[in-house]
Amino acid sequence: MEVWDLHCHLSGVPGRTPDERMARLIEHADRMGIARLCVFMGMEWSYDPSPEDLRRQNDDVLQALSHWHHRAFGFAYVSPRHLEASLDELKRCVRDGPMVGVKLWVAQRCSDRSVDPIVERAAELKALVFQHTWLKVTGNLPGESTPMDLADLAARHPGAPIVCGHTGGDWEVGVRAGRAHRSVSVDLGGGDPTAGFTEMAVRELGADRVVFGSDAGGRSFASQLAKVLGAAIPEDAKRRILSENLKGLLGPILSAKGVRL
Amino acid sequence: MSAPIVDVNVNLSRWPLRRLRGDETAELAAMLRAAGVAEAWAGSFDGLLHKDIAGVNARLAAECRERGGGLLVPFGSVNPALPDWEEDLRRCAEEHRMAGIRLHPAYHGYKLEDPAFLKLLTLAAERRLVVELALAMEDERMMHPLLRVPAVDAAPLAAAVKETPGLRLVLLNALKGLRGEALARIVEAGEVYVEISMLEGAGCVGSLLKEVPASRVLFGSHAPLFYIESALLKLKESPLGEAELRAIREEHARRLSRRSP
Ligand SMILES: [Zn+2]
Repeated sequence: MEVWDLHCHLSGVPGRTPDERMARLIEHADRMGIARLCVFMGMEWSYDPSPEDLRRQNDDVLQALSHWHHRAFGFAYVSPRHLEASLDELKRCVRDGPMVGVKLWVAQRCSDRSVDPIVERAAELKALVFQHTWLKVTGNLPGESTPMDLADLAARHPGAPIVCGHTGGDWEVGVRAGRAHRSVSVDLGGGDPTAGFTEMAVRELGADRVVFGSDAGGRSFASQLAKVLGAAIPEDAKRRILSENLKGLLGPILSAKGVRL
Repeated sequence: MSAPIVDVNVNLSRWPLRRLRGDETAELAAMLRAAGVAEAWAGSFDGLLHKDIAGVNARLAAECRERGGGLLVPFGSVNPALPDWEEDLRRCAEEHRMAGIRLHPAYHGYKLEDPAFLKLLTLAAERRLVVELALAMEDERMMHPLLRVPAVDAAPLAAAVKETPGLRLVLLNALKGLRGEALARIVEAGEVYVEISMLEGAGCVGSLLKEVPASRVLFGSHAPLFYIESALLKLKESPLGEAELRAIREEHARRLSRRSP
């Protein structure tokens, strides 16, 4: 079964350069039979990146992609706290560059309207929007979105496909939070391989709205793939979750860019 | 996969917050067998919160015997914060003829420098019982808001192990936080093993083997709370030699349970 991974980073694997780390990711992905990886964010992270940070991290990803265009896609990392710089990055990395999506992390909660121009521009460019979410009983970071914040974002932009990163972390709540919004897909990556996760997501959202992502290198490709391969769901649902749904979400921008699969 | 697996980390009965595939004993035994597991060391989820630990252990022993399909090996819970816990330990060893015990300091509310805990280690070692110490059961960010348990500080273990001759200690669900120097210090303090259920990161088993010798790394799935495929796939994700694979899959766990009463 073909596997596309929606959610990878250049962190959590050894290597002094983006190229070295990318090679390590690919090595492990190969062992797990993962054909394509989406990569976002650079060598060093910060919760509230400056415009220079954003550019540097996107440069890291562009460098990492440079030898792997046949295996990997990039998402541009942006922040609503630096709107002009973020729109410039969308122009540079997506419109004029090879990237196919947008990554929003924890600089600003996505219930805040400041993210709207970014999502609108992403939609114009057909770039897939990936918003990190986590609902932590231990307390969220000040700018960290909950899945309820994401539902608010989806309600403001019903036409833009949006991925709920980590299914909200606390996935039993996250699945419900996004359920009413048809444009929301959930990313399975980044949490423990807790049994029942994928079954519930498929039951409540339908297999078409569930997408495999690993959050490697911080997470193991193995533990995250287990959520799909170990789930008691039909083979056809597994096929959609492991690659077909993501192909569908990226289809418009890939064909606009003339990328043939 | 050819050689059988010894899974040192499974639980019977009900996880308090969710129904799980495999929370009926016969079903779990069948799932484990289908995954290539020939022997599984089983604690009980009931051991986390029930005060009648003696009842929990009697049921656990009976379930393993009657519905364990010949592969479940009971590990009774002992809570050194309860009065007359020494009698629970005696019953585990003498009446139920168990190979070892399970400890849950996070759920039983004691620290690893507590004198009762140190006494329990000594008595267990004298009885040649394997001691399985669960440092966590789930991601603390995901806990039920009214059922939050504190993280266990593992640091005092190195001294405790050194002071307990003959102790054979297996750390369960330990490797999410405990790595590097802190882990090496504990493993080197005596006969201490770890299992891979909560190990994370791309190629995580390979990286663990740079910190801990393969002779101290055991296969643990944390089933049925985790998808058992997670631990299975981790053995594929890293390039491991035949000897390393055999060590982790069964060799040392078998040696441990064989040396028990
Ligand atoms: Zn991530």
